[in-house]
Amino acid sequence: MPAIIETHGLTRRFGGLTAVDHLDLSIEAGEIFGLVGPDGAGKTTTLRMLTSLLDPTEGSARVAGRDVVREPQAVKDQIGYMAQRFGLYLDLTVQENMDFYADLFGIVGAERKALAAELLHMTRMDPFRNRQAGQLSGGMKQKLALMCTLLHRPRILFLDEPTNGVDPVSRRDFWTILYQLLKDGITILMTTAYLDEAERCNRVGLMYKGRLIRCDTPAALKREAGSEDLEGVFVGTIRAAAALEER
Amino acid sequence: MSYRRTRAILIKELRHILRDSRSLALALAMPAMMLLLYGYALSLDVDHIPVMVYDQDGTDASRNLVRQFQGSRFFEIRGFGGYGEIRRAIDRSKILIGIVIPRGFSGEVASGRGAAVQLLVDGTDSNTSAIAVGYAEGVVQAYSAEWRARGGMPPAAPAIDARARVWYNSSLQSRNYIVPGLIAVILMILAGQLTSLTIAREWEMGTMEQVLSTPLRPTEMVFGKMLAYFLVGLADSAVALVVGVSVFSVPFRGNVLLLALTTCLFLFGVMFWGIFVSAGAKTQAEAFQLGILTTFLPGFLMSGFVFAIDTMPKVIQVISLAVPARYFVTTLKALFLKGVGLHVLWPQLVFLAVFAGLVFLRAVSKLKRQKVA
Repeated sequence: MPAIIETHGLTRRFGGLTAVDHLDLSIEAGEIFGLVGPDGAGKTTTLRMLTSLLDPTEGSARVAGRDVVREPQAVKDQIGYMAQRFGLYLDLTVQENMDFYADLFGIVGAERKALAAELLHMTRMDPFRNRQAGQLSGGMKQKLALMCTLLHRPRILFLDEPTNGVDPVSRRDFWTILYQLLKDGITILMTTAYLDEAERCNRVGLMYKGRLIRCDTPAALKREAGSEDLEGVFVGTIRAAAALEER
Repeated sequence: MSYRRTRAILIKELRHILRDSRSLALALAMPAMMLLLYGYALSLDVDHIPVMVYDQDGTDASRNLVRQFQGSRFFEIRGFGGYGEIRRAIDRSKILIGIVIPRGFSGEVASGRGAAVQLLVDGTDSNTSAIAVGYAEGVVQAYSAEWRARGGMPPAAPAIDARARVWYNSSLQSRNYIVPGLIAVILMILAGQLTSLTIAREWEMGTMEQVLSTPLRPTEMVFGKMLAYFLVGLADSAVALVVGVSVFSVPFRGNVLLLALTTCLFLFGVMFWGIFVSAGAKTQAEAFQLGILTTFLPGFLMSGFVFAIDTMPKVIQVISLAVPARYFVTTLKALFLKGVGLHVLWPQLVFLAVFAGLVFLRAVSKLKRQKVA
């Protein structure tokens, strides 16, 4: 399988701070890849560079075969991005938000109707289509945001901590939807703070201070660290990295 | 630029506007409130009043009178010409007064039967005109006294009469002069305010990041947002004009279509300006302050609305060339009081159009350079 997301020495500095430090990443089509790491490790910055929202200081990245710096519009046509912070309009209804994004993506007519109905059904949001986004629960907001990123049938989905602050039942619903999307052939790159979610990914990348310090399947990571769960891997690896740095 | 995406932004913005009923009510009440509050006269000091002379007499006596005007620091002779030239110069606001010395003036003066000079006055700016007429009368009286002392006039003859004829605002009502300019200034402030928050709000609410991940182009965002607020701006303009004409009974002598065209061009420019300011700010508070600073001060001080630009330092005069309110003030005053048409006002319209175009391009390029951080 060819890599659908590929970065070479991808780096981003903010003044003296290096948020992402020479990241080399290769993600195959159809994968679900989880980026984990402590706060400030550079996960969000990585996602923003891969979605053409932020230019890298150094290095390059290709997403769906397009260069993120030179062809941002072509990249944006192929991807769906869900920011960490809820990014839809609170004073617009579910339907209005979806219509707005469908217009931006140029999805019209019968295709739009069918897709919207399908998404509303899949997320079980049908009964709430006329409710303003500000009146939705946290889980429903995330579902709405997900729907808006799926309206143009993107090939790749970037999710930045999509289940943060969402109740367990909604989280399970959310994962059911993600599995459905994977079955349809979509590629997912997500960041998460929940290691049980990372466990569900095909591969996991552990970021620390802008660098990718481990990257493998959850099983291989656990085997290598001799740990029962990913939490052990996570804590152990980061402690080791921090200790190495101090010396 | 995609029509569909621009329309999507327009519809979304209109929904925001209509759902925020308090802000909308405020936006619509503002022009009336401000116009009523500021609608009081302000006074001016006047010197270097531009005049044009029509010397029909062409004698020693008449030339002496012209010299008297030349010597006064209150007047500046901008040229000589007939009635036609004087009218054109007043229409274009090149001069404030046309001085007509009638044929046979020297004979009348010498005969002692009483001579007269005609002053054709642009009454648009009522305060300045009234003061200017007073000065002109003073100059003519001083000339009478001097001429009498030199024996050119019988001692018993009455002083030469300066007869002022005021054009365009014949009752010299200061409100007629203040209100059209005030409408322009108020619209500058409001229109700038309306759009200056719109992009900063999206950054603050976190909606910008989501929108930027779509194929939406900055051009479409700027244009769509501008159009939505343009509708509010048009309503504001209508309110201001209706209050101006009905409450302050300012006469409107010009062409309504020309007024509409100028208002649209002006609103485009100022609203793009608001978006430009907004694109550079990441919080609404910052955008608000920048917006007020760059619309209120130039609009109030450098538009020529009450403070004559001609009497300002050269640097300020040059800066004022980039203030769209200056051109809108000129146009509104001309349309309300003089009723002149496109053949006189076209340069103002051209400037407003150029300003709108340039600011639009700047806003788009600024938005393009804005990245998530």
